[in-house]
Amino acid sequence: MNARAQRLLAIADDELILGWRDSEWTGIAPTLEEDVAFSSIAQNEIGHARALYELAASELGTDADALAFDRRPDEYRCAPLVELHLMDWAHTIARRYLYEEADRVRIDALKAGDDAELAGLAAKIDREETYHRLHAEMWAGRLRSEPRFRDAVEELWPYALGVLEPDQRPELARRVGLELVDANERGEHTPELTELWNEMTEVRRSDPGATW
Amino acid sequence: MGARDPAGRMIFEVFRQEKKGQPFAHAGSVVAPDAAFADAWAREQYGRRGESEALWLVPRDAVHQVTEWADEFDLKYRRVDGYSIKERLRIARERAGTAAPGDS
Repeated sequence: MNARAQRLLAIADDELILGWRDSEWTGIAPTLEEDVAFSSIAQNEIGHARALYELAASELGTDADALAFDRRPDEYRCAPLVELHLMDWAHTIARRYLYEEADRVRIDALKAGDDAELAGLAAKIDREETYHRLHAEMWAGRLRSEPRFRDAVEELWPYALGVLEPDQRPELARRVGLELVDANERGEHTPELTELWNEMTEVRRSDPGATW
Repeated sequence: MGARDPAGRMIFEVFRQEKKGQPFAHAGSVVAPDAAFADAWAREQYGRRGESEALWLVPRDAVHQVTEWADEFDLKYRRVDGYSIKERLRIARERAGTAAPGDS
């Protein structure tokens, strides 16, 4: 697989798996309004994943669904940050906030990059991410002085660094106001990914090749 | 600004404009701690399917409500039911030389 496809899959997998994780709050978010908003953001992330998979699919001669669902867990290229099963609101918001900050650094780089097709898609994704960032920053601002939230941010910080390439990490540290530390790198998967994968691909595996 | 529940939240009434130039109509409400949360939540609740051109978020306390009416003498002649205005409009239009809206 060429470098471009690998890069596309890494970002697409991040978006798909985080979208899936965030959608686990549907029906049980802290308030009704947040439930709707959080679910909608999760759907947006999955929409971004689809667009990125489609680009990768044309490169690899397959389709978006096959990339999203037909690979084995160890073939996914997502960062460990998005795999974690975090059913605690402080951790969930800490992850959303850190991910959005990291994603912004990544999207800015893609928009400024040589790959015109990917730069165009990044700009399109960025217009939606603007509102995701507003949402994340609003929550982070509100919870900033809560020890539970601060602990969660600190705990997830090495994972957040793992979302980005090493040369992009100082920018993330500057934005978030934390020191650089050793990252939980992309490539190593948590056991939580396999659990998620089992659930996520269950229907598709039940009838391989079916059209929906 | 506004009356808050024990958790510090207040009600924002949401008005939605479907297309440019159309009037805003009441769509519902969101309960939020401040205008920023109300913005984020109303945006998703009332706009995520592209169904809104714009939203107005108004703290419920800012709405001045009118419910008391004095109509003691049953002034039926103030109402237009029973009058056929169509014929008069036709004559007026003929005189002015203009077409009915939608006829042009």
